[in-house]
Amino acid sequence: MSNTTVDPIPNHMTAQRPGAAVSLDRVTKRFDTADAVSALSLEIAEREFLVLLGPSGCGKSTALRLLAGLEYPDEGTIRIDGVDVTDLEAKARDIAMVFQNYALYPHMTVRRNIEFPLRNRRVPAKERKELVDRTVDALALTDLLDRKPAQLSGGQRQRVALARALVRRPAAFLMDEPLSNLDAKLRVQMRAELIALQRRLETTVVYVTHDQVEAMTMGERIAIMDHGVLQQVGTPTEVYGRPANAFVAGFVGSPPMNLLTAHVDRDGPGATVSLDGARVTLPVGLAELPAGDVLIGIRPEDAAIEPDAALRAEVTVVEELGHERQVVCRTPSAGSVVVRLATDGPVPRLGETVGIVAAPSALHLFDAASGDRIGP
Amino acid sequence: MLLRYLLLAAVALVVVFPIYITVVNAFLNPGEIAHRPPYLWPRRFDFGAFGTAWSRGHLGRYLLNSLIVTTVIVAAQVATSVAAAYAFAFLRFPFRRTLFVVFLATMMIPFEITFFTNEQTIVHLGWYDSYLALTVPFLATGFGAFLVRQAFLSLPSALSDAASLDGAGHWRFATRVAIPLARPAIAALAVFSFFAAFNQYLWPLIVTKDERLRTVQIGLRYLRTSAVDQVNVTFAGTVLAILPLLVLLIVFQKQLVRGLTAGAVKG
Amino acid sequence: MSTTGASLAADAADTVTEQPPVRRRGRRGRARDALLGYALIAPALVVFGAFVFYPFARNLYLGMYRTPPFPGLPKRYAAFDQYERILRSPEFLGSIRTTVLFVLYTVPPGIFLGILMAVLAHQRLRGIAIFRTLFSSTLATSTAVASVIFFTLLNPQVGLLTHYLGRDGKPSLLQEPRWALIAVAAVTVWQNLGLSFILMSAGLGAVPDELLEAAEIDGAGFWRRFRHVVVPMLSPMIFFAAVVGSIQSFQAFGQIDLLTQGGPLRATNLLVYATYDAVFRQNNEGKAAVLSVALFVITLLLTLVQLKVLERRVTYER
Repeated sequence: MSNTTVDPIPNHMTAQRPGAAVSLDRVTKRFDTADAVSALSLEIAEREFLVLLGPSGCGKSTALRLLAGLEYPDEGTIRIDGVDVTDLEAKARDIAMVFQNYALYPHMTVRRNIEFPLRNRRVPAKERKELVDRTVDALALTDLLDRKPAQLSGGQRQRVALARALVRRPAAFLMDEPLSNLDAKLRVQMRAELIALQRRLETTVVYVTHDQVEAMTMGERIAIMDHGVLQQVGTPTEVYGRPANAFVAGFVGSPPMNLLTAHVDRDGPGATVSLDGARVTLPVGLAELPAGDVLIGIRPEDAAIEPDAALRAEVTVVEELGHERQVVCRTPSAGSVVVRLATDGPVPRLGETVGIVAAPSALHLFDAASGDRIGP
Repeated sequence: MLLRYLLLAAVALVVVFPIYITVVNAFLNPGEIAHRPPYLWPRRFDFGAFGTAWSRGHLGRYLLNSLIVTTVIVAAQVATSVAAAYAFAFLRFPFRRTLFVVFLATMMIPFEITFFTNEQTIVHLGWYDSYLALTVPFLATGFGAFLVRQAFLSLPSALSDAASLDGAGHWRFATRVAIPLARPAIAALAVFSFFAAFNQYLWPLIVTKDERLRTVQIGLRYLRTSAVDQVNVTFAGTVLAILPLLVLLIVFQKQLVRGLTAGAVKG
Repeated sequence: MSTTGASLAADAADTVTEQPPVRRRGRRGRARDALLGYALIAPALVVFGAFVFYPFARNLYLGMYRTPPFPGLPKRYAAFDQYERILRSPEFLGSIRTTVLFVLYTVPPGIFLGILMAVLAHQRLRGIAIFRTLFSSTLATSTAVASVIFFTLLNPQVGLLTHYLGRDGKPSLLQEPRWALIAVAAVTVWQNLGLSFILMSAGLGAVPDELLEAAEIDGAGFWRRFRHVVVPMLSPMIFFAAVVGSIQSFQAFGQIDLLTQGGPLRATNLLVYATYDAVFRQNNEGKAAVLSVALFVITLLLTLVQLKVLERRVTYER
């Protein structure tokens, strides 16, 4: 197609369009006086699947809306393929979005819904039909074209929303909790389908969710936000294995990492770290420790129960999950500890006092005041 | 069961009787109307009185005037209400809230308060005895803007976001998404406006003298008579005046109900 | 060296020009949105300005000027004296009294009959739709239609109602000071039966059927159910109908003009008719302005009461 249309949807007819690189550079958005997004810098590579993860109200959805052009930042720059789009309207950005509730037009048929972005851009009828047919084919929606959204199941609506986003081959896809309205089984299935689709189309996806399991299974990289501030960006392995701070440690993983407050004692001849009176061997040198308390993080699967270990705790809950056993123990003052055990070992009794151990190399250390990670 | 039907029928009779007897009397001649005991059903179907009302009573002309005035008012009220409602619901601009309060405030100043100062304005503008006088003061309604705005605001906000990303500007979003989805409210407004405009009495009475500009309601005023030999024409004219609304009522009952109850439910 | 310096400068210039031009379409778009917003509300605002707010302000202004007894003489500034004089005049007080009576004669009976019809039509019976249509049929009548029908039915010589009321040969009820206001009110109630029925039906439709059925199973009789279940559940709608109905009755004009012209002996001289009479018969626009302002205050109070109660109900529900 020649470049006669003003609005940018170049390369309609090229079968594949590689996804664009998207970047946010120190982007801040304030609502009233509070920062919804605070100095957010994030580089999303071409054809990357990046997940924005965080609890509700953490600013992830605002970040997505800033990318979409539904909000404008107060500070900072947004670029798509290196081009500054900060002040461009949504319709000029060549970005598509899938909404949590799908936002299908209830009075239009499936076909009309999917065509809508093309009609708005005055794509000629013949070409429009080809594009719709191809998209509909790919998503197995051919039989539903004449239905209205109200006549579709949740999964079908989801696919129509995807088709509407896909049909104009945008530079990038934004997805705002697109699976949260589906039942558990369908959600797992759609996760796989979405990833397969993204790989096949070689497109860029920014995917917002509060569900860390979804984030871990789908994201090539995960960006974790809290209170409008980016906490960490990394692959699922990095984020899980080396959380940048206590917030990330507590948010990623199910059940989450145990975080126990430990006291650093520098008064004696050799400084020690004590956890409820038990001396702990740490994976870092004493010199690296802050003056105040530290948080010791232990993943439930890294902890084990040993009758004679120094850290004493009372067993309060024992959950049999079939493939494993989760035991919740309460230490006298440092907090609760969840331990994941194999099912073939002895079953701890409720109320029993046991010892908890973990390999020094499996421990994570955080500054109790700032939450920042200490050491490697 | 039978008792229930009897009760329903009795109440229905009280409600409908005045209209029924109007129709009956329209078919009777003045002598028969004066007959005691009164005839409660037509003795023959003589449309003579209707003919007299239509031609000598100029009911045809009056109906046409009412239709012209009402159509203009309804079309304009729908247009100005939808336009203003769109602005209030989907656009951000300074003083939006204040201006909306101004719109609501118009509901506190009914026409019965301003009719004679408005009449002076009309005279001053040189619009006395004109269609302009009959229509222009009613081209906008605060109630309508309020009603349609509520309908717009009840649409999921994601729809307007989706439309923005789908490349729709305000015009396309309004005409393809927002207005079609607000159609029930807009229809309610249209039917409500139609009834209100068609039934106006005070205003056309004071800004027109010219018989050629009379609306049906004012026409009825001159058809009303104490002259015994004309009562059948009065009744026939009344029937002609009811007919258009009766048809509309049967066709658009749902919309009218929605318009009438809008204030009650939405607050 | 100078070449290095030059190339550095060139580099710097390049970075400046290479930066994409600052496009403020988004921000300018917002300015455009604001303009569009004003353009969309402008037509309505012009109409409101010319035919709602200006005449209202003019009312307030005219109320402060004494209209001369003969046209052509200058108006005399009377400040609030005229308000005071007219608002204390027996004519105004009489008119207010008549209007309040009219409201009392029209609103409660209208609501009561509306509820009765709504309850009757709220049964699951074959053919109930026909009754619903019949019950709402007066919606097709206007004030003028209703007035002309009853004016003729009350005609002293040929009026059917005159006969049934046993008043053959006597003057029309509309000419009896004792009965005129009641007759006009009855016509008004009849004309509004359809509206009343529709409102109460809508209110009843919002009451869960189980509540009505539960009362029936509990063995409550019709009147007990009516008083202790239906009326309380309908109270928001009754309240709405009462306020709207009162405002409407305070503004009644057409039925007076067509049925009684304010008479006999001012027995039906409702506020709006008195205003009309003042300006078009007595040529006293100062007086008419004061009466209009009085009507505005009444309407305002009624609306504020409504808003206040609605507000409380909304907060209560949330």
